Amino acid sequence: MDFDLMISSFPKLLNATLITLKLLSLSLIIGLMLGLLFSIMRISKNPIINKFAYGYSYFFRGTPLLVQIFIIYFGLGQLEFIRSSFLWAVLKEPYWCAIIAFALNTGAYTSEILRSAFQTIKPGLIEAGKSLGIQTRIIFFKIQVPIAIRQSLPAYGNEVILMLKGTSLASTVTIMDITGVAKYIISTTFKPVEVFIVAGGIYLFMTFIVHNVIKLLEKKYSFK
Amino acid sequence: MELLAFGKTGWGDELFIATLMTLAVSITAMLIGFLFALIFTPLKLSKNKFLNLLANCYTTVIRGVPELLVIYLFFFGGSAAIMFVASIFGYNDYIEINAFITGSCAIGIISGAYSTEVFRGAIQSIDKGQFEASKVLGLKKPIHFFKVIMPQMLRLALPNLSNVWQITLKDTSLISVTGLVEIMRQSYIAAGSTRDPLFFYSFAAVLYLLLTFLSMKIINRLEIKYSKGY
Repeated sequence: MDFDLMISSFPKLLNATLITLKLLSLSLIIGLMLGLLFSIMRISKNPIINKFAYGYSYFFRGTPLLVQIFIIYFGLGQLEFIRSSFLWAVLKEPYWCAIIAFALNTGAYTSEILRSAFQTIKPGLIEAGKSLGIQTRIIFFKIQVPIAIRQSLPAYGNEVILMLKGTSLASTVTIMDITGVAKYIISTTFKPVEVFIVAGGIYLFMTFIVHNVIKLLEKKYSFK
Repeated sequence: MELLAFGKTGWGDELFIATLMTLAVSITAMLIGFLFALIFTPLKLSKNKFLNLLANCYTTVIRGVPELLVIYLFFFGGSAAIMFVASIFGYNDYIEINAFITGSCAIGIISGAYSTEVFRGAIQSIDKGQFEASKVLGLKKPIHFFKVIMPQMLRLALPNLSNVWQITLKDTSLISVTGLVEIMRQSYIAAGSTRDPLFFYSFAAVLYLLLTFLSMKIINRLEIKYSKGY
C-alpha cells in the first residue's frame, strides 16, 4: 500500500469530482424534462406519438451508453450539414456531447419510470377531480404529478445512482472526470489498487448521499 | 452496404465474430456472476453479523462504484496481482493475462453483485410456510433447497435476472477499453480505418438492440415455463 500516493491523488480526484457533479446535475435536469415529456407522450392515445416515444425509450434502453456517446461525439461530426450549422458549436465539445448523450439516456429511463407512476394512479382520483369541476390542467399538476412523484421516487433514486456511475463514461471522450483522472494516475504510477480505493470511495460517498436524500424525500412525500 | 460485405473488402465477418465475442463474454460473465451470487446470497441471509457485513460490503461497493473503474482495476491490477502470487512460488517472468479473462471476471463480479441482490429478494419473498413445511416433513437440506426452495426462487427471480442479463450485456461494451475485440472495439477499428464512425457506431447500436431483443424473447419463454402451475 502506497499511502503517499493515496494522499497526493485525493485533491486531484476531488477536483475532478466537480466535473462529475456538473455532468450529473445538468444531464439529470435535462433528462427529467425529457422524461416528463416522453412519459406524457407514452400515455397519449395517438398511436404515432405513442410509438415514437416507445421507440425512443426502446433504443436508449436497449443499447449501451458507450455506443450512444460515440454516435453523438464521433458520428454526428461526420455529417456535413451539422458541421456547417450552429449545432457544431455545441457538438464539437466533448463536454456537451457527453451531456446530450447522458440526458437522452436518463430521459428514456425516466420516461418509463414516470409512465408506470402515472398509470398506477387510481382513475377514481382523476374522476373525483373532474366531478368537482377542477380544470384538467390543475388536475394534472395538483393531483397526478404529486402522486406520480411519490410513486416514482424509489425507482428514480436508483436511476440517479445509475447515472452517477454512467458519468464515468465521459472519460472515454477525453473529459477528465473522476474516472478519467483515476485512469491517468493509474497509467502513470501503475498502482491501480490505491487509486481505486480513493476514487471508489468518492463515488461511494456520493451514492450514499443520493441514497439518503431520496430516503428523506420519500418520507416527505409519503402519505401520513 | 459494401462496408458490411463478408470477406476481405468489408467488415461483415469481423463484426459477426465480434458479436459472438460479446455474447461469449456476457455469458461467461453471467456464469461467474452466478458463482459469486451462490457464495454471497447465503452470507447475506446468514445470521452471523460478520459474514453479513462481508456480503453487504461486496454488493454495496460494487453497485456504488462505476463499472469502468472496476474494469480499470482489473485491467491494470490483474496481471500485477497474478505476478505477485507467482513470485511467491518463485516465478519472476512477466505474465500477461488474456483480455477475455480479465474482462469476463470484471463484468462477472459486477453482475454477481446484482444477482446476489436478486436471489436474496427472491428467497426472502418465498412464503415462510414452505421452509417450515419442509422442516416438518424432515426433508434433508439438499433436497429442501433443490426441490422446494430453488424452483420457487427461480420463478420469482427470473424477471429480475433478465434485467441483470441486460445490464451485463450492455456492460460488456466497456471492456472495449481493454482492447478485447467485441462489438464496440470492432466498430472503433472499422470507424477508424474507413472514417465512417456514424455508420459503424449506429450499426453497433443495431447489433446490441438485436441481442437485447432476442434475449428478451428467450427469457419470456422461460418465464412462461417456470410460471406453469400459477
